[in-house]
Amino acid sequence: MLRFIAMRLVKAVIILIAIVTLNFFLIHAAPGDPAAVMAGEAGAADELFLQQLREQFGLDKPLLTQLGLYLSGVLQLDLGFSYRQQMPVADLILDRLPATLLLTSTAFVISLVLGTLAGVLASARVGKWSDTVISTVALLFYATPLYWAALMAVLVFSVQLNWLPGFGYETVGGNYEGFDRVLDIGQHLILPATTLGLFFMAVYMRMTRASMLEVSTLDFVKTARAKGLKPGLIQRRHVFRNALLPVVTLAGLQAGQLVGGAVLTETVFAWPGIGRLMFEALAQRDYNVLLGVFFVSAAMVLLFNLITDILYRVVDPRIRAS
Amino acid sequence: MTDFWKRFKRNRGAVIGLVILVAVILIALFAHLLFPQSPWKMVQRPFLPPFAMDRFPLGTDALGRNVLAGLAHGAQVSLLVGLISTMVSLLIGIPIGALAGYFGGRVDDALMRFTEFFQTVPNFALAIVLVAIFEPSVQSIVAAIAIVSWPPVARLVRGEVLSLRSREYVEAAILSGQRNATIIWRQILPNTLSPIIVLASLMVATAILLESSLSFLGLGDPNLMSWGYMIGAARTVIRQAWWLSFFPGLAIVLTVLALNLIGEGLNDALNPRLSRKGK
Repeated sequence: MLRFIAMRLVKAVIILIAIVTLNFFLIHAAPGDPAAVMAGEAGAADELFLQQLREQFGLDKPLLTQLGLYLSGVLQLDLGFSYRQQMPVADLILDRLPATLLLTSTAFVISLVLGTLAGVLASARVGKWSDTVISTVALLFYATPLYWAALMAVLVFSVQLNWLPGFGYETVGGNYEGFDRVLDIGQHLILPATTLGLFFMAVYMRMTRASMLEVSTLDFVKTARAKGLKPGLIQRRHVFRNALLPVVTLAGLQAGQLVGGAVLTETVFAWPGIGRLMFEALAQRDYNVLLGVFFVSAAMVLLFNLITDILYRVVDPRIRAS
Repeated sequence: MTDFWKRFKRNRGAVIGLVILVAVILIALFAHLLFPQSPWKMVQRPFLPPFAMDRFPLGTDALGRNVLAGLAHGAQVSLLVGLISTMVSLLIGIPIGALAGYFGGRVDDALMRFTEFFQTVPNFALAIVLVAIFEPSVQSIVAAIAIVSWPPVARLVRGEVLSLRSREYVEAAILSGQRNATIIWRQILPNTLSPIIVLASLMVATAILLESSLSFLGLGDPNLMSWGYMIGAARTVIRQAWWLSFFPGLAIVLTVLALNLIGEGLNDALNPRLSRKGK
């Protein structure tokens, strides 16, 4: 197990270095002077400042030397400087990261739990109307752009019904303390997290349904039935456990989607995370921030994949053995 | 072909999807005839609600532009970007997958590591970065979508080629002295076509979602009216004018839903053994 984790860590580091290299070449591939790109376009930068940047980042040196400088910078957690916000990019991101982690992990749990539950329910009632309803809803969620689902949720639950806040992370000027604050943030969290999870809720539902149906035709399930075990027990112990495996594989895939989706959700809900930071950086053409967020989100995905890989081995002893 | 149609027709959802898609295609084709004026042109007072004036059944936006005309012209952009970026993804993914599957060994290892890299990177974030850095335009959007969408194609083709390579007819072709390129192109790839077609139809749907998401964030081609742009522009006025974001979103949902349904129907029709097993 330790060996496996070590191998995966090495792989993750190689991918991260590749991403940093990609980022580096993107700055150079962008139309215009890299110094101007770093300073942020529509430049407030004058020639003297650009010259300073060129010297600071060795932009007059050979490309490979520059790449080395850039890489060693990132290794020291230096993601560059945002000249627009007058702050190091790493600080900007660290400041916003907790909100995004809260949002994405909540969305993950919501989609996984509700999705698999709906899938199990549909598979138990194949062909009946409840299966039809669940499958149709999943098909619709699967086709809905998540930013639109977010806007419509604001419209219905926030503007029309006034049930839930549709804006921000907590009530401005609420000054809640302790548990009241947790409750307040929780209320603000419901709409963004649910809409962010909608797409994968549909994916999990379809996957679980298909997987449950497939597993229930296998021989060991027939044996269990022949032994006279109760149907409910067979569903829980035998079918569900095995049907879960492809779902866990998907969970690793979802990580990447969640981080990307967070840009859209956080934009709609003014959620103060790194997705919103990316949106603001877009408007200001603040490339250092843009690339920094991209790098950090890739790192998040790698970490998440590592966790699902380990989980997979815990869930399925057969993989551990091989 | 009649057999194909018979099996496709058996899937009711797929037929509904086809009807919706044909309607969207017709609207896109005739957008210039139906709405000869530019969709950017101001035609009425701003924020005209829907169903208030017969000439503008879906109302007007914050700048008095005809929402229905925007939708019709937006259909062109969605379908065009969805189709072309899928074709470009196929052009990247098929050769990589075919080479990896056919030659195996080190070639396979190297190409699959490369593919894995692109699969691990959060793809929407990468698309955002690419379009932002190379400036938003139809070309950069198509390229960005293709770059983040090809890995599933490569993996699918690799798997298919891997299983076909050891077939007798391929061995016969090798013995008859055909060149590798000829074998891949003439003998193997035609047999991988069905799953590729199914995957491609689903990829067009994903590409349309991606394009609309990019446009929503303001990364659309500034010269083209698109559904995502319309929703993005309406985001800040959602409390006053719900219809500005509602109708373009509905158009996206219908189009993407139609493509997904068609994809399932194609799967039933082209891979009959596979789909029967699933049921």
